[in-house]
Amino acid sequence: MKTGQLFEAVKDEANRADPYPLYARLRETPVSRQDDGIYVVSTHAAITSLLHDPRISSETLPPSERPRTGNPFSDWIVNPVKDHLTNTHRPFIFRDPPDHDRLRMAVMGQFTHQRVHAMRGRSHDLVADLLDKQSDATSFDLVCDLAYPLPVTVICEMLGVPPEDEPQFHGWATQLASALEPDNLGNEEARAKNIITFDEISTYMRGLIKEKRRHPQDDMLSGLSAGSGPGGEPGMGEVDLIASAILLLVAGHETTVNLIANSTLALVRHPDILARLAGEPDLAPRLIEEMLRYDPPVHFRTRRALSAIDIAGITIPEGADIVLLLASGNRDPAVFCDPDRFDPDRPDIRHFGFGGGLHYCAGAPLARFEAEAALVALAQRLVHPRLIDDPPPYRSGAALRGPMHLRLAIDGVAPRR
Amino acid sequence: MRSMDAERKNTGGHTVVVGASLAGLRGAEALRRAGFAGRLTLVGDEPHRPYDRPPLSKSALTGEVAPEATVLPNLHALAADWRLGVAATGLDRQAREVRLADGTTLSYDRLLIATGSRARSWPNPTEAGLAGVHTLRGRDDAAALRQALAPGPKRVLIIGAGFIGCEVAASCRALDRAVTLIDPGPAPLARILGQPVGEIVAALHRALGVDLRSRTKVARLEGNEAGRVVRAILEDGNVVETDLVVVALGAVRNTEWLSGSGLDAGPGGVVCNEAGHALDTEGRPDRAIAAAGDVARFPHPLFDGRPVALEHWGHAVAQGEHAGRLLAGEANETDYAEMPAFWSSQGGITIKSVGLTEGADSMVFAQGSPKEGRFVVVYGAKGRCIAAVSFDSARWLPAYAEQIAARAPFPPICGGTDEHNLTVLSPGFPEKRTSP
Ligand SMILES: Cc1cc2nc3c(=O)[nH]c(=O)nc-3n(C[C@H](O)[C@H](O)[C@H](O)COP(=O)(O)OP(=O)(O)OC[C@H]3O[C@@H](n4cnc5c(N)ncnc54)[C@H](O)[C@@H]3O)c2cc1C
Ligand code: HEM
Repeated sequence: MKTGQLFEAVKDEANRADPYPLYARLRETPVSRQDDGIYVVSTHAAITSLLHDPRISSETLPPSERPRTGNPFSDWIVNPVKDHLTNTHRPFIFRDPPDHDRLRMAVMGQFTHQRVHAMRGRSHDLVADLLDKQSDATSFDLVCDLAYPLPVTVICEMLGVPPEDEPQFHGWATQLASALEPDNLGNEEARAKNIITFDEISTYMRGLIKEKRRHPQDDMLSGLSAGSGPGGEPGMGEVDLIASAILLLVAGHETTVNLIANSTLALVRHPDILARLAGEPDLAPRLIEEMLRYDPPVHFRTRRALSAIDIAGITIPEGADIVLLLASGNRDPAVFCDPDRFDPDRPDIRHFGFGGGLHYCAGAPLARFEAEAALVALAQRLVHPRLIDDPPPYRSGAALRGPMHLRLAIDGVAPRR
Repeated sequence: MRSMDAERKNTGGHTVVVGASLAGLRGAEALRRAGFAGRLTLVGDEPHRPYDRPPLSKSALTGEVAPEATVLPNLHALAADWRLGVAATGLDRQAREVRLADGTTLSYDRLLIATGSRARSWPNPTEAGLAGVHTLRGRDDAAALRQALAPGPKRVLIIGAGFIGCEVAASCRALDRAVTLIDPGPAPLARILGQPVGEIVAALHRALGVDLRSRTKVARLEGNEAGRVVRAILEDGNVVETDLVVVALGAVRNTEWLSGSGLDAGPGGVVCNEAGHALDTEGRPDRAIAAAGDVARFPHPLFDGRPVALEHWGHAVAQGEHAGRLLAGEANETDYAEMPAFWSSQGGITIKSVGLTEGADSMVFAQGSPKEGRFVVVYGAKGRCIAAVSFDSARWLPAYAEQIAARAPFPPICGGTDEHNLTVLSPGFPEKRTSP
């Protein structure tokens, strides 16, 4: 295959189960121009450098354009205003400084130590309950029965979204997360669907925020709606608030599930390490860092070059679309020895699992706690877990990558400790 | 092949490190890591195990950490003899011996000079000897200053608005002490960061409540009968009533013990070649000796080989490690080319810099803006980028460090996020300049 077509192959679902050989080929050219004009960045050094480069913009979404309805009032007055608001109030993962910083700071002020730590204990309880439900099973689907419900409950509780509304979100979150898949951005139908979803979830959020203003509770949405950041600085306007809440909800729904599922897959494939984790739960933090390197939930993120950038012997022209292939940097042999080996004892794991630079994952501490609770309990309680399908079926996303189902055969579930 | 390696590598003998602080410790560790298995002795005139200095003007003054809690972690098992509380007083290169203040000598096969620098004292010794007149370099200085701040002095007078003076001023304000900060320059830090940035630092300190007096000097300090300082008379005729003075006039390199050794060492530091070997007065390298940290003056390849002596924490670590490898025979003659980098924190703002501003003829505010209190300034000389300084925006600095290393044209990065219309300004350095 020609280098210029490798990224096309990465996006091809046929390669979802193991894209790593393609990444190795891509790394032969640290920054390579693909035939469709996209620049793919695949080595650790080049990714690090671009994550910290101010000429790299995260404002990559195409302008919002609500589909025509035939109703002139909607088409000429309401929807253009809505489009304008959407374009100027994207969630901060798609924004640049200084707006990004202001919004992120207000949100981070709500990720208080207390709240995040409370979720640590809560995660243990939730996992215990979810596993208890499988006590009579001989097989179960780790994704639907554990990896998905855990982070969803956690993020809903953190934000203050009533759990009974959760089922509505499942579809919304999955739809919105597809904005991270480059092919969907070019696809008109997918874009239209995204906008409709966004409007639906926005309407829901607007109502919820109104409710939080009237009856504030100890949750992140109440804190954000009260309109004060950590230093008492004014928080954000309503449109930004809604966009941020949606971002947190989607990020909480669509990423941690993959970390738990990918980790379980790796552990079942490495029974020695699984056994070790059961007896040595302190291994979990290091094991999770290694997982975020070895098989991370987020494989790449897109950026745009604001001006020409000379890097690794090539010039990325102004305006070019860039893909930072984070999961490839994680396997760069220039930084990690024997990079394709899963080794929780690896020293100094500088992975891109949570990205890097100014968009470094806002939920990283939370995600780590959730994964820790899940993996330790799985290791200690599942009796003789086996994979029913290896490789498992994957979800369609290449950027947010993980198993759709992970069916495990088990000889039982040990009682909780 | 193997035997040749073993020959080139220095795995035995006796290596002496003089100066048991940051550069000395990191050098000793690197030596061990490189396989040096011989005898290792660290000599330090302070009675303490190596500790960290940056907190001394910051969190150790405000009381967030105790001065004793700044001990540096040992990154590598050293298996060394520690000769603490005893100064080196002389060096005989023919005999390969270091003389110590207790009358003993240490013979060496390899020597690492890492004696750093000390605070420049107030030039008038009688006035400097008044009770209540302090300098700040070591842990004991910080403890004494902290003790003097505790009862609530009438007013703290800080002489010199370089980094340490500014940090001490901000820390004293955090403790709600009245502070006057005096500097002959047009604005604090202007010598290092230029006048436009100096003005921002001035505004920061005024907002903190510091009584800032620029463009003036202290002419003399006066004491009472008990020998306590009571006031300072300024050159402009003004009088500042004060009972606690901090002299922050920069640092002097500790090279006196090397006089008579034949090494080219003086107030400017120990002169080294690119690799870090000390040079004798004829300019010949002594391959048994390396210098590192504040005390070393060496030609920096990133700055056209101009000799520089850097008083930066990160430099002490990187050059210390380089010197350790050099003495172990591992970093054979490779030039040391670490990008200079520095940080400071004052009044809740974190200032970081990469490169060297010395010699800059132009500057731009590249990202953010002074109004927001977060920005990056890039400095240029002769159309090339030579330095970048950030206020609460350090995340961009690695990109600029690369541009500086690549000698990219100035201004370096055009069309970045958060970028304003670039207006090239003159740094307006006052006459006498030093590097940050
Ligand atoms: C208050 C303060 C705040 C600072 N803040 C920052 C900061 O924010 N960021 C930053 O980048 N840098 C900062 N620095 C600078 C940084 O701490 C120094 O660059 C660093 O300590 C240099 O390390 P060194 O080992 O070369 O020298 P030193 O730390 O000076 O160590 C030299 C040691 O050698 C000893 N010695 C001297 N002469 C002899 C002798 N004849 N025999 C035996 N021993 C001897 C000394 O007593 C000392 O222990 C700060 C410094 C101070 C004092
Ligand atoms: C294992 C789980 C997770 C992984 C692997 C992950 C990964 C990432 C990555 C790679 C980015 C960088 C995006 C970029 O550079 O463009 C990111 C950003 C972000 N993540 Fe996560 N994430 C996880 C969980 C979470 C959770 C649980 C939350 C919220 C509760 C969250 C909230 C965010 C937010 C808000 C951002 C945007 C930050 C910004 O733009 O400044 N993430 N995440």
